[in-house]
Amino acid sequence: MNEMTPPKAERAEALKGLGTARKRVEDARFTQGKGNYVDDLKLPGMLFGDFVRSPYAHARVKSINADKAKAIPGVIAVLTADDLRPLNLHWMPTLAGDVQMVLADGKVLFQGQEVAFVVAEDRYIAADAVELVEVEYEELPVVVDPFKAQADDAPVLREDLAGKTEGAHGPRRHHNHIFTWEQGDKDATDAVLGSADVVAEEMVYYHRTHPCPLETCGCVASMDKVNGKLTVHGTFQAPHAVRTVASLISGIAEHNIRIISPDIGGGFGNKVGVYPGYICAIVASIVTGVPVKWVEDRMDNLMATAFARDYWMKGKIAATKDGKITGLWCHVTADHGAFDACADPTKFPAGFFNICTGSYDIPTAYLAVDGIYTNKAPGGVAYRCSFRVTEAAYFIERMIEVLAIELGMDAAELRAKNFIKKEQFPYQSALGWEYDSGDYHTAWDKALSAVGYTELRKEQAERVEAFKRGETRKLLGIGLCHFTEIVGAGPVKNCDILGLGMFDSCEIRIHPTGSAIARLGTISQGQGHATTFAQILASEIGISADDITIEEGDTDTAPYGLGTYGSRSTPVAGAATAMAGRKIRAKAQMIAAYLLEVHDNDVEWDIDRFMVKGAPERFKTMKEIAFASYNQAIPGLEPGLEAVSYYDPPNMTYPFGAYICVMEIDVDTGEHEIRQFYALDDCGTRINPMIIEGQVHGGATEGYAIAMGQELAYDDMGNVKTGTLMDFFIPTSWETPHYTTDHTVTPSPHHPIGAKGVGESPNVGSVPAFSNAVHDAFRPFGLKQAHMPHDHWRIWKIARDLGLHG
Amino acid sequence: MIPSRFDYHRPDSVDGAVALLTKYGDEARAIAGGHSLIPMMKLRMAEVQHLVDLQGIDSMKGVSVAGGTVTIGAMMTQHELIANEALAKAAPIIREASLQIADPQVRYVGTIGGNLANGDPGNDMPGLMQCLDATYVLAGPDGTREVAARDFYEAAYFTARSDDEILVSVRFTAPKGGYAYEKQKRKIGDYATAAAAVLIEKDGATCAATSIAMTNLSDTPVWCEAAGAALVGSKLDKSAIDAAVAAMLPTIDPQEDNRGPVEFKKHVAGVMLRRAIERAASRA
Repeated sequence: MNEMTPPKAERAEALKGLGTARKRVEDARFTQGKGNYVDDLKLPGMLFGDFVRSPYAHARVKSINADKAKAIPGVIAVLTADDLRPLNLHWMPTLAGDVQMVLADGKVLFQGQEVAFVVAEDRYIAADAVELVEVEYEELPVVVDPFKAQADDAPVLREDLAGKTEGAHGPRRHHNHIFTWEQGDKDATDAVLGSADVVAEEMVYYHRTHPCPLETCGCVASMDKVNGKLTVHGTFQAPHAVRTVASLISGIAEHNIRIISPDIGGGFGNKVGVYPGYICAIVASIVTGVPVKWVEDRMDNLMATAFARDYWMKGKIAATKDGKITGLWCHVTADHGAFDACADPTKFPAGFFNICTGSYDIPTAYLAVDGIYTNKAPGGVAYRCSFRVTEAAYFIERMIEVLAIELGMDAAELRAKNFIKKEQFPYQSALGWEYDSGDYHTAWDKALSAVGYTELRKEQAERVEAFKRGETRKLLGIGLCHFTEIVGAGPVKNCDILGLGMFDSCEIRIHPTGSAIARLGTISQGQGHATTFAQILASEIGISADDITIEEGDTDTAPYGLGTYGSRSTPVAGAATAMAGRKIRAKAQMIAAYLLEVHDNDVEWDIDRFMVKGAPERFKTMKEIAFASYNQAIPGLEPGLEAVSYYDPPNMTYPFGAYICVMEIDVDTGEHEIRQFYALDDCGTRINPMIIEGQVHGGATEGYAIAMGQELAYDDMGNVKTGTLMDFFIPTSWETPHYTTDHTVTPSPHHPIGAKGVGESPNVGSVPAFSNAVHDAFRPFGLKQAHMPHDHWRIWKIARDLGLHG
Repeated sequence: MIPSRFDYHRPDSVDGAVALLTKYGDEARAIAGGHSLIPMMKLRMAEVQHLVDLQGIDSMKGVSVAGGTVTIGAMMTQHELIANEALAKAAPIIREASLQIADPQVRYVGTIGGNLANGDPGNDMPGLMQCLDATYVLAGPDGTREVAARDFYEAAYFTARSDDEILVSVRFTAPKGGYAYEKQKRKIGDYATAAAAVLIEKDGATCAATSIAMTNLSDTPVWCEAAGAALVGSKLDKSAIDAAVAAMLPTIDPQEDNRGPVEFKKHVAGVMLRRAIERAASRA
């Protein structure tokens, strides 16, 4: 028997477990156009809904006349707030403890706001009917600037909140004020700032943008009046949370609601929230008794469903003369738009922005965030980042650069001087987090040496001289970033959304012939869960990843979980998967011992089998154990081999990375060229290196877009200026830089397999690297701060303002 | 993003297409590649009851180069123009400019006729045709007539073409000397922030003849006679190029949009022209 057993390495490889660059099992259908997205769904008798949207950013709705629309053959209904009022669904709760109009109730507060919902037999008729709904508006003064919104005489946006001085997150001090959130020690920070050798001060703006997934938001709601069951297929990043919230809002018992997330074409946070389209489609289906589909078009998506960022971050950073940081002060003016629909854990109205001390050992810090209403669309979601972590990383990585200028110091050296040291972990930050692990100096040194940092600085200095001599019109920028993320929300003791604890889950069934199915509370939107979760499990239970089906997204079959966003799938559901796998293995051990006629403690795990200690020729493979578990009577054990785990993480995970961008800038046209982009990620244990690399490419490309041109811009009247992909920048293959990826591995000490999550790191880390490269190119000419996006004209303007056009 | 209802016609001759345009008058629009018209219809900014598709008209295809004269059928796609070796030899600036229009997928469908006739100031071909001093052949109910490209454009989307006419072909004399089409854009698929088309003929080291046109810097393309004149007789040195740029700037009238403010666009127009002149001169 012994010679029949393949060597350990061969058996381990056959499992395609942790660390294997396994091809994505999803791609067979996606690359053939055989995915099944919500808009592919066609149900018998299905109707289509479409919105009448407000052309104004702030107006009173005097009247709505739908007679002409209803007269078109094929138009079934036109819903307004008055129709939803009797059901108490004309407003809905937001994830941030605010309320939001489902359909305009007396006024509109942003351009593109939902005013009426047309239901018709097909989407062409619906679009025709939308044109014929007559809405009479009376324009009101518009405020799109969160600072002007706080003036005494600023227009009152939220009349529904009149007299409410207490919001979901504490006192409100102005009619357009939502909350103030404070962290850290204000007095101690003021004292440090007051006595510091050097204080650098800057306003850093992270502009409003949009996740803009390839597939827009949508759903098909289907009320079965015979059995009373509501099924909603939709682009939901958190299907179980949607089910619970839908039950609470509608009063339909939770067992009578089934939420199904089919294939999702990218989410990036845009598909976390609850939108009026879902509510209207559900109501329309309940009223008509047939399925109702609602799918946004691109303009709807950019105008009305959740935006990201829009943080004005005022910072002060204190240091000693030789560059040891002693304190950080930050005040954020957060533009939340017309309703506070931020998708954050409930106790964190500014998300985890208090990670803004970054990778640095900053002993004293203070943070205050003021949320403000403006006449813009609601949202504030985490666009491929954990909650507000991208804003925080951008803030601190800009402040470090500004401090380096103030000190006349090299920015790489300044970083290294202030990194939290390896031996300081677990590290308690001044703003309240316990960083689980890190080794920043190793990563940083590796990055600097990989790009040839010293030589680059020399080349840059020579370039500046050549520029001054009139020999070139191109400058060279070296953009540095060392980021620390906080992901994997999160411990139920402090992380919940609307009271729903942010654990996650995995349920495993081993089939008698030794293959398996695992179901999770998460939902892939392109992350490759079906590939990677099978790999985690393969290593845990010794069954090849190819023989494990991963299923997510159907609340009738999947265990309860809080979904996929904020890089939480691997830290939380990945942990649940490993823990459930260990339960399987524990039972398998007892079965193996019985079959081998030894004591439980006398067998040991060996990749894909249990063997008798000291007698490797005596073993039972997982396949044999699985069959026996169902078909052999084993005293004291129930038949079957199943397990479920609900995992409440003890802490967040803290992935980090070192990114460096080398950029050429044409001062005359404002054009740029990315000469080199180096991305080192430490996401702890690496599950699938190929998927990690893909994630880094995708996230860095989004970061590139955001830093170099992508914005959701409004004019003073509140008109969206970038409502199509002609103006809203999505890079093509032509613009996308080439990336060099690298890694170090610092496993998370508290995660069962040491993994930390990686999907969002590249967006968090690349934006500061790109932006710092632009700043760095102009640093020799006196630039301190220039706001993103760094599109051609804004870069040109930097050069102009610095007098570089002669 | 769903257009209102329309009827679709696909005539197989120019006469048939003109007859449909005449019959339906204001309610009809000719469509070539559709890259401008279809988005306008989807946004319901263009109300079209009768769409007259020109893709079935074989006589509007083809390129001929004969006796120094180049004739291009209006329904030639950008891709076909790029692929045509005879055209590349006779007027290489067409290939250079076409390669800077949008992306390959768009160029497989977008046509030179649509690009010229729509009157969109963002289109690249109108300025190029003004630079080449091309002649447009228009077919209408009363037969055909010819209009110079330099006289064709009146304002954004307003041209010398009447609603019942179809642009069937363009004709120009094959250019001599050096050429360049310089275009700055935000990304692939975007219209120009500023673009310059330049032709230069040299006699020895001296500039003998030029033609210069600018794109997306006014509500029509701008043929800059004075800018060209500033180069003629010069050695194409820095002072001559400075003079050409200075002569060009008063002829453009860019508007602020998401690409940037007026001052930026003027600056970039100067940079594009300067680079185009330098490159054309190096090829002359």
